[in-house]
Amino acid sequence: MEQIGEILISALLVLGGLFGLVGSYGLVKLPDQMTRLHAPTKAATLGVGGVLIASLMWFAFFGEAPSWHELLITLFLFLTAPITGMMISKANMHLTWEPDELPHCGPDMQWATYGDSAERSLMDGETSQDQRDHRE
Amino acid sequence: MIRRLFPHPYLSALLVVIWMLLVNRFTWGSLVFAVILGTVIPLLTEPYWPDRARLRHPGKIVFYVLLVLHDIIKANVQVALIVLFKPNRKLQPAWITIPLDLHTPEAITVLAGTITLTPGTVSADLSQNGHALLVHCLHAPEPEAVIDEIKTRYEARLKEIFE
Repeated sequence: MEQIGEILISALLVLGGLFGLVGSYGLVKLPDQMTRLHAPTKAATLGVGGVLIASLMWFAFFGEAPSWHELLITLFLFLTAPITGMMISKANMHLTWEPDELPHCGPDMQWATYGDSAERSLMDGETSQDQRDHRE
Repeated sequence: MIRRLFPHPYLSALLVVIWMLLVNRFTWGSLVFAVILGTVIPLLTEPYWPDRARLRHPGKIVFYVLLVLHDIIKANVQVALIVLFKPNRKLQPAWITIPLDLHTPEAITVLAGTITLTPGTVSADLSQNGHALLVHCLHAPEPEAVIDEIKTRYEARLKEIFE
């Protein structure tokens, strides 16, 4: 039983390490900032995930009590990874992309990064009124 | 009265669970403290989140989470293969616009997060009035297919859960 646990845990550690390595290699290899963003937001998720599951199993097999902190780390990772990705791509749009290089955004005037929606919603609350109407 | 005391019941429940997981060992004392935190924090933060998030079918969240986890693993393998074996000149990155049928901010947030975590796509921006999502694809020879998949696979399910 212990042997099986050890094999499983080491397999997960190696797998996690591999995905972490591929994610960092992607940072170097991919051609521009926007494509580089893809490697760490995905490949690294599974890399960290593998290590966390291995840690969870180690505590289940050999520790005194099961540990729940790994679940929380996974949860926080899933919450923060998209936000980091979004902030980096917004910074990128400001620095290297012009509004007319991006696809058109349908019925609205402009993408939020280039628009004045933040000022407007602070000024007269029009946007929040709009959302409240949908909610009713 | 109960509505005033618990402006966000789901947030309260989540806070209790997270505090108990942080403590890592069950004691009644920490459960009491968790309930106190779960009551006080939503009350203090209520001015910043005035509308109550509504869930129409909370049961479907479990299935949605499993689906997304499955897709995340698939996404990792796909992206890893692209990074390792596809030469840069064959890569076809693309920007796509996803028109949104979702209206509540909570549902749009979950959709944007899902898109970032799943196959080869990162959500980059929202249009000014929240009617479209700007998404960047790592390798998309057929952008239409990506839009279709996101709308049927994720957005339709989120619409069932939230609206």
